[in-house]
Amino acid sequence: MDKVISQPVEATPEQIKDQKLYQSMGLSDHEYHLIKDEVLHRLPNYTEVGLFSGMWSEHCSYKNSKPVLKKFYTKGDRVVKGPGEGAGIIDIGDNQGVVFKAESHNHPSAVEPFQGATTGVGGILRDIFSMGARPIACLDSLRFSAPKIDEDRYFISQIVAGISSYGNCIGVPTVGGDTTFDDAYEHNPLVNVMCVGLMDLDKIEVGAAAGVGNSIVYVGAKTGRDGINGASFASFQFDSEHESQRSAVQVGDPFTEKLVMEACLDVINNHAESLIGIQDMGAAGLVSSSAEMGSKAGGNGMLLDLDLVPQREANMTPFELMLSESQERMLLCVKAGHEDEVLKVFADHGVDAVVIGYVTEGDRYQLQHHGKLVADVPVDSLASQAPVYHRESEMPAHLKTAEPTQFDPIIKNPTAVLKQMLTQLTIASKESIYQTYDTQVQTNTVVAPGSDAAVVRVRHYDKALAITTDVNGRYLYLNPRIGGQMAVAEAARNIVASGAVPLGITDCLNFGNPEKPDQFYELDQAVMGMSDACEKFKTPVISGNVSLNNEYDNVPIYPTPMVGMVGLIKGLKHVTTQDFKQAGDLVYVIGKTEAGFNGSQIQKMQTGGISGQLFDFDLDYEAQMQQLVTKAIENDLVQSAHDVSEGGLITAIAESTFGNLLGVDFASDLNVKQFFSESQSRFVVSIAPKNQAAFEKLMGQNAVRLGKVTDDNHLFVSAADGYFDLDVDEAFKLWKGALPCSLK
Amino acid sequence: MKFAILAFPGSNCEMDLYYAIQDIMKEEVELVSYKKDSLAGFDAVLIPGGFSYGDYLRSGAIARFSPIIPALREFAKSGKPVLGICNGFQILTEAGLLPGSLQKNVSAKFICKPEPLVVNNADSMFSSTFKLAQIINLPIAHGDGNYYCDQETLKQLIANDQIIFKYRNNPNGSVANIAGITNKAGNVLGMMPHPERAVEDILGSSDGVGIFQSIVNYAKSREVVAHG
Repeated sequence: MDKVISQPVEATPEQIKDQKLYQSMGLSDHEYHLIKDEVLHRLPNYTEVGLFSGMWSEHCSYKNSKPVLKKFYTKGDRVVKGPGEGAGIIDIGDNQGVVFKAESHNHPSAVEPFQGATTGVGGILRDIFSMGARPIACLDSLRFSAPKIDEDRYFISQIVAGISSYGNCIGVPTVGGDTTFDDAYEHNPLVNVMCVGLMDLDKIEVGAAAGVGNSIVYVGAKTGRDGINGASFASFQFDSEHESQRSAVQVGDPFTEKLVMEACLDVINNHAESLIGIQDMGAAGLVSSSAEMGSKAGGNGMLLDLDLVPQREANMTPFELMLSESQERMLLCVKAGHEDEVLKVFADHGVDAVVIGYVTEGDRYQLQHHGKLVADVPVDSLASQAPVYHRESEMPAHLKTAEPTQFDPIIKNPTAVLKQMLTQLTIASKESIYQTYDTQVQTNTVVAPGSDAAVVRVRHYDKALAITTDVNGRYLYLNPRIGGQMAVAEAARNIVASGAVPLGITDCLNFGNPEKPDQFYELDQAVMGMSDACEKFKTPVISGNVSLNNEYDNVPIYPTPMVGMVGLIKGLKHVTTQDFKQAGDLVYVIGKTEAGFNGSQIQKMQTGGISGQLFDFDLDYEAQMQQLVTKAIENDLVQSAHDVSEGGLITAIAESTFGNLLGVDFASDLNVKQFFSESQSRFVVSIAPKNQAAFEKLMGQNAVRLGKVTDDNHLFVSAADGYFDLDVDEAFKLWKGALPCSLK
Repeated sequence: MKFAILAFPGSNCEMDLYYAIQDIMKEEVELVSYKKDSLAGFDAVLIPGGFSYGDYLRSGAIARFSPIIPALREFAKSGKPVLGICNGFQILTEAGLLPGSLQKNVSAKFICKPEPLVVNNADSMFSSTFKLAQIINLPIAHGDGNYYCDQETLKQLIANDQIIFKYRNNPNGSVANIAGITNKAGNVLGMMPHPERAVEDILGSSDGVGIFQSIVNYAKSREVVAHG
């Protein structure tokens, strides 16, 4: 066999070893020695160290989170494909599958907000269409610090503009998401993008390269020096001394992505017999897509000729070519002899495609450059044999000393406190954000952003998908296990309130540094909590993404496992929104209100922080309340339904009046402060008076009547010890104006 | 009757139009690639929204060099209806088939929302199912929808009754609140709002049907004349 050579401009294998240069690429001493002594039995050259640093990064290998991820509930009758492929698939009947996944782009967005956000959207879209599904909806889950200085406003507006620019251009509607504000995300915003696709179940594609002699085809944009080794960059922590990390960020081109998407779907749908596998070139670019493809197929090797890789810049080294994260690229494995047929499809769509290698006998992953062998490693060593770490776990100090007593809000003037609540950025209308997204292209959006869940119909069928993203990091900070349960429960409440039955979830696990035991504890506990709830609601985890090391100057973000949930609405007449529909309708609150104040918006608003032990939560009770609401909707008894979350019952009531600017006249035995409690498992539901008897019979003691919807544009709620009294117009203006005002 | 829908690289509303014509209007419809050079056999041409060629350089500026454009010019000259929506409007102004141009919205942001329009001319082949001054609701979704033309052109647009739709609450800074204009002959309409997104109540409005129905009525009346 040829000798593996090094590039003259790069450090020699000896220098890498002696000067520990592998450390700057993110490999530990232990990992380097593993590569040298156990895998290769020789010194790795610069290119090979690069391959391992990308593939063994947390982003690609899940080396710190794998043992945790195994705890997820992933089973279900409808699951066609669970975690492991580009995205998971759930059967929704009629030979159709819904495909979904979420991805984080936190680190790139913290450095270059516009491009960080665009490439986040681009990457998740490729994950969906590489499964053979057409993307039908995107959602964005964003976490920012409250804007204080112009730089904060710049970051927020650029991240939103990046999402808008990419999603709008490619013609996939951005139908929802959630945006909240807390200083826990200062210098480390979270940008999580979820994409949902629809496919015929007989067209599933898998990212595998099997069969000796079959060709490896490179598709899409040329490779440049952008985003070099971004995967291992994403696995570093930020600090104030390392501000200039821009070269690790990629640049997005949605027009090219649109062409690549249409061409790939054409190949998958119309040339399936020629296609063996297809995979997105995402994190760690060419090395990850090819090594994963080779490893999944099992039993074969791969030889790539890097001189054939389309290049945007001159004199690129093998290291750069393999680890570039240039966007809008795909890798295909095409059956030998069918190359011309497939290449022609791409040419017709105006997309570059070229054969760069082939599947070989044996188990070697080999790279050639200028006719010389520049890397030669076992294919599985890159993809499936990364080390796995079982990290130490210890309860964070703030949890050990937390007081069980619930915060006691001070409400002297209930109306004034409500007005203040409606202007909290986490509560306030996000219209100024979502109005910059094309929410309607593809003309299937039945419920656009602004209600509990987005609803997208399935064209030509009497059914629809409800989609939402949720998580409240404050709850998880006070109790990661219960907070993890609540994240899934709230997502399910949103799905149920829209008239759907929950099907499954995807997630982005945004956490701190797993090597610190207290931060690993949060990850581990949160996953167990989410899994408890997933099992309860029969919503398996079918895909997901992990983003660790979200910290700045050693301060981690709140543990924030974003939950993206999809539900199925059988029958479009069951689509339900949160807005009160007409005067005279009766309004009920479903579920018990207790003292749920630690971690609440009212605690944050009145004390500037959150503290104490998180309030109680009962998963069984939650499931019971959700089932009752589902039954009421299925029995055609419900006019509107809204889940009660941040800001409590009074906030949910106010939000329900805004859509049609209707008033309410309510009376309740609760105290005014209880109207701000964030006890879970609650809904605000309105019904037509003719359905009163049937509804009350179904609900029993679980629904308490609040009063009537009125047409006098006035919100009047009488509590046991005071009342809320406010013009709906005024409340609406405050709620709608707060965010644009703070971003000016 | 038979509609053609032009599809350029980067168009993204062509299937929305296709379903509107096929499922709602129940008329014949065919996608026509930008690479083709003939529009023979069609009774009306629709140019969809999207981002042709990524809207690089300027919205619609590259699409106008496509092979299909000479056939489009000829079709327009024949007097049959041509409707350009959003990016389609931008392509029509870039190709010189409509006067003026579309600039960046005054907010400098993309805006997507339902927008009330005033029917300013109810006699055109695109608006005959409406009444003059009727308010219709159609969604807008654009970043470059700010219509501009010089004073002389505006005078002519008004004098010839070429302004078909106006915004009630101008969302983008357009001159004279213009949302849609025709050419002087009245058979080429460009509009920023999306009628194909408003063809079913479940999508929020079905006011867009009136525009397609007007085209169908016009084409069928011509058929009667031709065969009569």
